[in-house]
Amino acid sequence: MYDIKEYYEAENLEQALETLAADPGLTVVAGGTDVLIKMHHGRIEKARLLSIRRIASLAGVEKEADGTIVIGPLTTFTALSRDGLIKENLPILAEAALSMGGPQIRNVATIGGNVCNGATSADSAPTLFALNARLVLKRKNDERIVPIDEFYLGPGKVDLHPGELLAAIRIAPEDYHGFGGHYIKFSMRRAMDIATLGVAVTCRLAGGSAFADVRIGLGVAGPTPLRCREAEEFARGKAVSAETIAEIGRLAVKSTRARTSWRASREYREHLVVELVQRALKTAVVRAGGMTIA
Amino acid sequence: MLKRISFTVNEREVSMEVDVRESLLEVLRNRLGYTGAKKGCGVGECGACTVLVDDTPIDSCIYLAVWADGKKIRTVEGLAKNGELTEVQQAFVDEGAVQCGFCTPGLIMTTTALVERGEKLSREEIKRELSGHFCRCTGYKQILQAAEKCLHGGCCKDDGERQINREEN
Repeated sequence: MYDIKEYYEAENLEQALETLAADPGLTVVAGGTDVLIKMHHGRIEKARLLSIRRIASLAGVEKEADGTIVIGPLTTFTALSRDGLIKENLPILAEAALSMGGPQIRNVATIGGNVCNGATSADSAPTLFALNARLVLKRKNDERIVPIDEFYLGPGKVDLHPGELLAAIRIAPEDYHGFGGHYIKFSMRRAMDIATLGVAVTCRLAGGSAFADVRIGLGVAGPTPLRCREAEEFARGKAVSAETIAEIGRLAVKSTRARTSWRASREYREHLVVELVQRALKTAVVRAGGMTIA
Repeated sequence: MLKRISFTVNEREVSMEVDVRESLLEVLRNRLGYTGAKKGCGVGECGACTVLVDDTPIDSCIYLAVWADGKKIRTVEGLAKNGELTEVQQAFVDEGAVQCGFCTPGLIMTTTALVERGEKLSREEIKRELSGHFCRCTGYKQILQAAEKCLHGGCCKDDGERQINREEN
């Protein structure tokens, strides 16, 4: 039996926000694949849970008239990986979704939970960083939009105010139109494992032979997921070549704050950043319509 | 804290009071007697507790019983009809995909869901779909063969290799 002291079930968003406003100390649970595990390990005791899993309006993917993709936080990883809109517009996110956990976990775990859990190893995070995702955070009579790279504050810490709920994840058309992307999860096993490093790279080309825009999102390269701004700045306008890509890989390390853990040493992670950023970028170039770089 | 829920288990309608602290696995095993689903790791890694909720495989150890309200639950006990095994169960028998048997009910439920979805899957994709199950007897090869038999209408394009493997075992 789980150590649950109180349990509430919200039927719709308004009811959830009302309940959270009255009692901001409740732990929100959706798929349960993080919250129940924390309870199992004793990291949450005498849990007071608010389930949002029945709120149908928070699940699913939509495309707005201007091309903005809106992802409901209750969309499961399986649903993301099979969703027509995601596969057509954000294939890199479908790729990342399939790398998470195993099938039974993907069938229940939600992208909103993955983000709000605040883990640097979250499999959706590097990709959402590269896509400049914006998070719609709602509380009773209030709403704000936070860019995802400002949402992560530290290990397991996110900028979620008391009483606030993640209501949507938005990707603007200028952040995916014309981009090719690739996500590489480096882990010891190909399933049921936590990333040693997660690398999401997207790029857009100018005239087929120069980089118009390169975006690099990394997970487990620091206490939070992060972007490699210096490498991205360097890439702008440069010719697409093995030399440019090698330099982007080297510069990417400058934005990292990797540490040594039992999974890998700092030095090894930095080596992975140099190598995997290049590999991901080479695939992204091809997917953006560019040529194969050896 | 008790809550009344109504759901079906293997097409049987059930209405009962559950403790909000109970997992679906605990209710299935301890209160309803469906012991086909096993408790392995208890944290959703090993897949021994896999059952189908609305035809989708989930780890029932990390699924609260209250969440089953209004759902259709299927366990391995509900597969065989009148003593006759399903195609998936028979394939696991025929391919020798059972050793100690602890992982078998979960694997059979996941394979059943794959067959019912009817999607064409490559061998690599089948491996990916079965990757949420640990078999500590390491009979993965036979398990994959059983799944392929159901999903491709036959396994073992590499029959020679299979023979050798059988002899080694």
